[in-house]
Amino acid sequence: MKPHLRNLKTKWTLQDYPDSTAYEAGYLTSKNAGWRSVRPVIDAEKCTGCLQCYLHCPDGVIFKSGKVVAIDYDFCKGCGICGRICRLKAIKMEVESK
Amino acid sequence: MVEDEFFYGHKACAGCGGSLAVRIALKVLGKRAVAVLPAGCMSAVGFNFPQLCFANNAIISTFAGTASMLTGIEAGLRAKGITDFVAVGFAGDGGTADIGIQALSGAIDRDDDILYICYDNEAYMNTGIQKSSLTPFGAKTTTTPAGKNAHGNLRPKKNMFEIVAAHGIKYAATASIGYLPDYMKKVQRASEIKGTKYIHVIAPCPTGWGIASDESVEIAKEAVDCGLWVLAEYKNGNYSVSIKPKNLPGLQTHIKRQGRFKHLTDDDIAYVESQRDSKWNFINQHWTVTQGGIK
Ligand SMILES: Cc1ncc(C[n+]2csc(CCOP(=O)(O)OP(=O)(O)O)c2C)c(N)n1
Ligand code: SF4
Ligand code: SF4
Ligand code: SF4
Ligand SMILES: [Mg+2]
Repeated sequence: MKPHLRNLKTKWTLQDYPDSTAYEAGYLTSKNAGWRSVRPVIDAEKCTGCLQCYLHCPDGVIFKSGKVVAIDYDFCKGCGICGRICRLKAIKMEVESK
Repeated sequence: MVEDEFFYGHKACAGCGGSLAVRIALKVLGKRAVAVLPAGCMSAVGFNFPQLCFANNAIISTFAGTASMLTGIEAGLRAKGITDFVAVGFAGDGGTADIGIQALSGAIDRDDDILYICYDNEAYMNTGIQKSSLTPFGAKTTTTPAGKNAHGNLRPKKNMFEIVAAHGIKYAATASIGYLPDYMKKVQRASEIKGTKYIHVIAPCPTGWGIASDESVEIAKEAVDCGLWVLAEYKNGNYSVSIKPKNLPGLQTHIKRQGRFKHLTDDDIAYVESQRDSKWNFINQHWTVTQGGIK
């Protein structure tokens, strides 16, 4: 389980604001994808599922997917730590196209 | 460690070491963690209403009040009859060694049942890289500039681990985001002890250290491997080294790859090496030193 993206209301009425300084935990309304200039791409052929990249990702956006791992590109910032930690060179950092 | 993510979607810079330290500790503690975050990068990047990145219970405290808020939370939940929780604080180096040290000292003195984690990025990063008492010798910050006469910070890094240990605290440890299994073991161990626990984890900041975003984990590991950052534990009056470096190499490469130290001269680096060597002489004589990781 991890927090998921919600629809950000564009119009807020007074009732929408919390009446104290407390609010729902793990409430996400914006992505971090736009920060990226490079994107990590997993080579499923090379990946052994050792989970070292999963462990070291500061954003926690790598998750198990079958025997290998996959990336939540909505929240990956392209820091490159995963690519550097992978001993099998199963992660390539590719320039973002758009 | 649980599969759940409790620190997700945060706005920390890419490759932020502090955010990795927070994320991993919460994965060890799980949803029973009740987190306190004072002013500093981790609260600034975690709570931007309506983007709330902690999936467990979490609250911002005053800058100086991490430990006192932990004390209050622990007492409050206990009074409500709740038992399955860990009151955990994540404070920066400035929030810990400078402004929050009094509240922390008081909590240790009362042996309040809390876990205090200092993520140490070695400066006041959230306000734009000012020197704290945990900034190391020679580091360039906006308040310790590097010029002809002064080569960055003139003062040594405060020894927070031993200051905390000198209280006779139940458990204290140092850790590094470059050695996550060791850090995870220490968080787990601390969470099983009743009383005050303190963990000091070195967490490089790409922005403030002048390193690339993919280097923070590697630099944190290298700092341990070259003997600059000692992984240790304090328990029952004893100090022990968790992972001993194989040798004490020259520090030229490790120091010069960080932008904040670019200006240091060979003499400056020789001085850092001599400080490190005398620390290890002391450790080898007085602490329990076993090769390899903590058991
Ligand atoms: C009493 C008080 N003084 C100053 C500030 C401004 N302030 C906010 S964050 C911060 C820096 C925190 O540094 P540190 O504790 O090392 O955490 P980091 O930002 O490096 O993660 C400062 C000075 C404040 N919020 N409250
Ligand atoms: S570190 Fe490399 S091999 Fe291991 S899970 Fe990640 S991509 Fe796969
Ligand atoms: S590039 Fe950075 S944020 Fe993206 S998956 Fe890799 S470690 Fe995580
Ligand atoms: S300034 Fe440094 S500590 Fe703060 S969010 Fe950015 S990388 Fe992390
Ligand atoms: Mg700091």
